[in-house]
Amino acid sequence: MNAAVARVFPIAAVVAAIMIVWYGFTVYLNAPWQIEKYEKAGIEWQMEDLVRDTMALDRPILPAPHQIVSEIWQTTVEKKITSKRSLIYHGGITLSSTLLGFLMGTVLGIGLAVSIVENRAMDKSLMPWIITSQTIPILAIAPMIIVVLNSIGLTGLLPKAMISTYLSFFPVVVGMVKGLRSPDPMHIDLMRTYKATRMQLFWKLRLPTSVPYLFASMKVAIAISLVGAIVGELPTGAIAGLGARLLAGSYYGQTIQIWSALISAACMAAVLISIVGLVSHITLKRMGLQQ
Amino acid sequence: MTGFQTLLSRLGAATALLAFASGLFGGSTDMAVVGGSLLLLLAGVRHFTGILPHVGIDLGAGLVGMAVLFLVLDSGMGADFWWLLVASWLFSWLAVERGMMSLTNSPVLSNTLLLAVPVFFGMWIIFVWQMLAVGLDIPMVLLPSPAQIAVRFMASTAVLWADFQQTFLKSALIGYLLGCGSAFILAIIIDRVPFLQRGLLPVGNFVSALPVIGIAPIMVMWFGFDWQSKAAVVVVMTFFPMLVNTVAGLQASQAMERDLLRTYASSYFQLLVKLRLPTAAPFIFNALKINSTLALIGAIVAEFFGTPIVGLGFRISTEVGRMNLDMVWAEIVVAALAGSISYGLLSLLEKQVTFWHPSNRRNHS
Repeated sequence: MNAAVARVFPIAAVVAAIMIVWYGFTVYLNAPWQIEKYEKAGIEWQMEDLVRDTMALDRPILPAPHQIVSEIWQTTVEKKITSKRSLIYHGGITLSSTLLGFLMGTVLGIGLAVSIVENRAMDKSLMPWIITSQTIPILAIAPMIIVVLNSIGLTGLLPKAMISTYLSFFPVVVGMVKGLRSPDPMHIDLMRTYKATRMQLFWKLRLPTSVPYLFASMKVAIAISLVGAIVGELPTGAIAGLGARLLAGSYYGQTIQIWSALISAACMAAVLISIVGLVSHITLKRMGLQQ
Repeated sequence: MTGFQTLLSRLGAATALLAFASGLFGGSTDMAVVGGSLLLLLAGVRHFTGILPHVGIDLGAGLVGMAVLFLVLDSGMGADFWWLLVASWLFSWLAVERGMMSLTNSPVLSNTLLLAVPVFFGMWIIFVWQMLAVGLDIPMVLLPSPAQIAVRFMASTAVLWADFQQTFLKSALIGYLLGCGSAFILAIIIDRVPFLQRGLLPVGNFVSALPVIGIAPIMVMWFGFDWQSKAAVVVVMTFFPMLVNTVAGLQASQAMERDLLRTYASSYFQLLVKLRLPTAAPFIFNALKINSTLALIGAIVAEFFGTPIVGLGFRISTEVGRMNLDMVWAEIVVAALAGSISYGLLSLLEKQVTFWHPSNRRNHS
């Protein structure tokens, strides 16, 4: 019990400190505008009025945390899911392309890693280009890719998912290559004394040893898929998805909308990562790889 | 030859035969294709007989095929052309596959080979791209050919340079230096306060997994359209990976090593400079490398939310609208070059600084 408190308390303290700083900045950043408003209306104001009013602006420079929470509450619980203004509707669209992209990226990454580990020529010719592929700012050209894919008839989920795939295959390749090469030389020798074929060596030793590496990479991959999906939604003419909410919010100066989309994206990332973490924990425990 | 290599050589011979036959009987695109596929066919057949097994001939066959294809390339190519493309690719693969076998003989040869193989592979990707774009008559609006992109690149270096200055030298680089620098300093402070370490690290870990790129519209609203807002996005994006990695790196030195330095009566500062920062260097470079691509992405994406009329992201989004895809690709080339070169420079620097690390030591075994 004490150990748990000792672990949680510093985190809680830091989060609380961030909240306090945030509220401070809300007042500080929104004050000039609010004061101008008072002077125009000729209202006498006290410090407490200022604090109260800066936290209740419609389009604040920085919204207060409780404003964001109430916006999220209104757009999730109080709106119908089918409504275009429901965050659940937008989040669902982002989530589906994230998951599709993550799935394709993981499969592609595992396939590439296996071919790299099993074939020397593939290793030498592919690996440098896989690394180079990630120095290309794909996120930056994502909108263009979406537009081009749309013009050849690929619309909807798939183009966005392809951006996520491009981003998420990389950590999986790197992690899996490392994992597939991680068996102890002693274990490989043992398998050889059993006269194991290459296939048996792969299925019975290399693959099981690589599982912890795979899960570690998948945590990175799912987070980055979400980023890919959000950026992929930016150019679709702001129709649907968390990315579209961000863009629409920025066009119309709806700061609370931007922040609520951002916070929901953050929560979604946290949930997705914890799900992968949980699956990883259960699998590794059943495989006996984790105490 | 191994089984896989035999398979490659058989497939190469078969596709060369198909190219030869379809060129001879199905109405050839060009006599050069027929001649080229005959040569490749001979190179494939020689593996059945075992005469002249030298790997150079396989490589030569692949290159001859590429040369022939390149010379006759025009829009709307026939079946023999595509079969020859497949055959040349198979022979090139065979040559690489067999070249790998001779790796262990001499260190000089091996090093050249290790450099040549990826270059050869990259050359093939561009080559196939060119063949597909021209041979299949793909409209430029969808995918311009590498040659078109190169021409456009050469013709508009002035614009590209201005965009590069705005996005890379101002937004990305300044943001990168500020973000990494402040995170580094904060990491050293955190390191002295265990409470902050336990509190800030999980939060930092959490934030570095978030879609931080989403703050771009907010930053544009706060700091205006010019490079300052982009630099601010880059600062936030690069801050947390650097913070988390530096803190982890500072804890990487072993207790025994720290004790040794204490027996030398070293001060906190000496301990930091002589032991803990050097042991943290691999972690720090890891973050610097991750951040180098993040910085470029952040700077470009932030430009989608409002910018002065210059910059890579601005140019990409406007030229897509004007269907000038060759210009867009020229900008992508600039971004890719900038990204790869910064990554390469950081890797070189890392090798210099962390020469002692196991992953950089030459493996003599």
